[in-house]
Amino acid sequence: MTKISSVAELEAKSAACTKCLEDKLKGQDDKRHIVLCGGTGCLSSNSKEIMQKFEELLEAKGLSDKATVNQVGCFGFCSQGPFVKIYPEDTLYRMVSLDDVEEIIDTDIAGGQIVERLLYVDPSSQEKITKQDDITFYKKQRRVALHGCGVIDPEQIDEALGMGAFQGLKKALSMTQQEVIDEVLASGLRGRGGGGFPTGRKWQFALNVDADQKYVVCNGDEGDPGAFMDGSILAGNPLGVIEGMMIAGYAFGASEGYFYVRAEYPIAVKRLNIAIEQAREAGLLGENIMGSGFNFDCHIRLGAGAFVCGEETALLNSIEGKRGMPRPRPPFPAVKGLWGKPTCVNNVETLACVPYILREGAAEFAAVGTEKSKGTKVFALGGKVNNVGLVEVPMGTTLRELIYDIGGGIPNGKKFKAIQTGGPSGGCLTEEYLDEPIDFDNLVQKGSMMGSGGAIVMDEDNCMVDVAKFYMEFICDESCGKCSPCRIGTKRILEILTRICDGKGTMEDLEELEELSKTIKTNSLCALGQTASNPVNSTLAHFRDEYIAHIVDKKCPAHVCKNLMQYKIDPDKCIGCGMCAKNCPASCITRTDYVAEGHKLASFAIDPTACVKCGLCMSNCKFNAISKD
Amino acid sequence: MAKLSENAVAQITEICQRHKDEKTPLMMILSDIQNEYGYIPLEVQELVSKHTGISVAEIYGVVTFYSFFSLEPKGKYVIGCCLGTACYVKGAQNVIDKFSELLSIKPGQTTADGLFTLDALRCIGACGIAPAVSINGKVYPKVAVGQVSEIIDSYRQEANA
Repeated sequence: MTKISSVAELEAKSAACTKCLEDKLKGQDDKRHIVLCGGTGCLSSNSKEIMQKFEELLEAKGLSDKATVNQVGCFGFCSQGPFVKIYPEDTLYRMVSLDDVEEIIDTDIAGGQIVERLLYVDPSSQEKITKQDDITFYKKQRRVALHGCGVIDPEQIDEALGMGAFQGLKKALSMTQQEVIDEVLASGLRGRGGGGFPTGRKWQFALNVDADQKYVVCNGDEGDPGAFMDGSILAGNPLGVIEGMMIAGYAFGASEGYFYVRAEYPIAVKRLNIAIEQAREAGLLGENIMGSGFNFDCHIRLGAGAFVCGEETALLNSIEGKRGMPRPRPPFPAVKGLWGKPTCVNNVETLACVPYILREGAAEFAAVGTEKSKGTKVFALGGKVNNVGLVEVPMGTTLRELIYDIGGGIPNGKKFKAIQTGGPSGGCLTEEYLDEPIDFDNLVQKGSMMGSGGAIVMDEDNCMVDVAKFYMEFICDESCGKCSPCRIGTKRILEILTRICDGKGTMEDLEELEELSKTIKTNSLCALGQTASNPVNSTLAHFRDEYIAHIVDKKCPAHVCKNLMQYKIDPDKCIGCGMCAKNCPASCITRTDYVAEGHKLASFAIDPTACVKCGLCMSNCKFNAISKD
Repeated sequence: MAKLSENAVAQITEICQRHKDEKTPLMMILSDIQNEYGYIPLEVQELVSKHTGISVAEIYGVVTFYSFFSLEPKGKYVIGCCLGTACYVKGAQNVIDKFSELLSIKPGQTTADGLFTLDALRCIGACGIAPAVSINGKVYPKVAVGQVSEIIDSYRQEANA
């Protein structure tokens, strides 16, 4: 690619790329374009193999000059993947398998007809939906941070340029540093990693410090288990994040940036590497960018599997090749950060919003959202919800809209129990809070937090004590060990929760949990420690009766805790087929003498003393005769 | 202590050289060694110390801090069961328990024949297909307890082939 060395050259290149992309999307090049979702979910369901098969079959059928095939970033609707989209008609096929490829080519590409059976069916109206935008899952969404994700090929800089890449930077370079910061301040952008600190103010601190070298660090160490927003943004439109980083660098005077990305995201890392390489080749990273005199380059550093590195000072230690333990603050990183130099650490999604603010203006960004939380927020909606996936909604959207309108409600007719937001640092919210608008401050007031965007829905089959124990195991495992309230306190909490789940808890344990929570909250060094007890606090606040059921009645109401539940065979429903006994690994199911009315064979029964509670009997019974008690 | 082969010494030296222009290259060096050999034993740490001037104590501190670095060799097939929240609420614990039972190892351990290592992972970002299991980079979607023995067998066969 030829170097872009001035604003005029960027304009010319962008115009050409925009036309190219529009031709593709609108079919003005007389070709059909097949795009496939290249998100983690779809790739593990053979999206790549499906793409190869498209290429092979188009070639074999002599259609290679009539249609192109390429891969784009995450479509977001992960539970319906893998996706195939056909332009210019904008037809969306879902749950496509290798066997469907030939039919799509014959019927649609060659025949011009839609393959009806692969269309999304609206669960309430039973109507088949052809276009993505008409699916309810997408209707309430608004894409700012996810701009370009699922539309452009993240490995082609030309497609990104066609979607307005580097227009934000171009605008920034025509302004003074202070003007850029003022614009970001005016937009009301707050840190998307969970903290919610105004981004512009962070930059201002760093601008005010005089130093020979400053750094921008992009925090892509998305450790919240059950969240995959940042990984998807990096994999879907890496140049958008690079551009955001460059604007930050220009605003407070940094010429170098570091991406710190989890090693668990190989696809994101690969595409980010490609994007950096292509931007360097195009002269958009390096010296004297677009003739402005601004120099900037960036590098990638991989995490090595430590949750605490999501905390900004721990992250900086990790880049410096040390154990990833938090540093005491002050000094704040904006004053003394990476290698002792002023550093701003911004989250991936925060940086992804920045080009939009510069390109479209602060007012446009601030036009959506609530009074104190402007713009949109990306959520990774998961757990017991029909439409699992990546969604971006305006701040202020209610939990109900998120779970029911976009998420499509709870599968299998089960009852909603709670939604956990903010991961291990957040909390759970129950049905009575469903109409609360989601933003930074409101959810904190309600005892949870918006956090970085993980949103896990739980139904009646989830035990909240068990969920609290799950989070505490995670935190215990990931506590860096530097300060004792977090290191020892979380361990003690975990011991108590384990006791309760085993049916050995006492009512005094509940008081002890509250006491420990308070100590950890007020005495830990970093934010991760200070919020470590939140899962316990919020489950105790909303589901105290479940704790009491475990302690006093020795029952797990959701039938999850193995010591407090057993499998039972209903002798009147059991037809005596013996599938349960055949599959039982503990050989604890035997035939009884009882023959139910209308049945020919005697029923089976489980010996509860020998049962290992694996559940295989229940999953193998075709007559619903086995239940949990 | 086992002595490193000449080949290994040369390769580790090369890895240290590769990052010599970096300000703080330790994490990058260790990542490359981990990827190349699957573990970072003490004699390798001593060699890294010699090349970088960082004390063995500090290197050991870093190696033991991060879960991706290992002091012991990993199995030929590394089975990573995702225990992120989305997978957990959909029964991932039962899946990892089954692997553990069938392979007779606990998470973090390797089978005596060196074939399998079982790891608990914290969210691999595949929440749409929970519970997910990743084996040497290949991701298995929506794994059911009943599939586990089949998955293990397929790798045993591949290893014997």
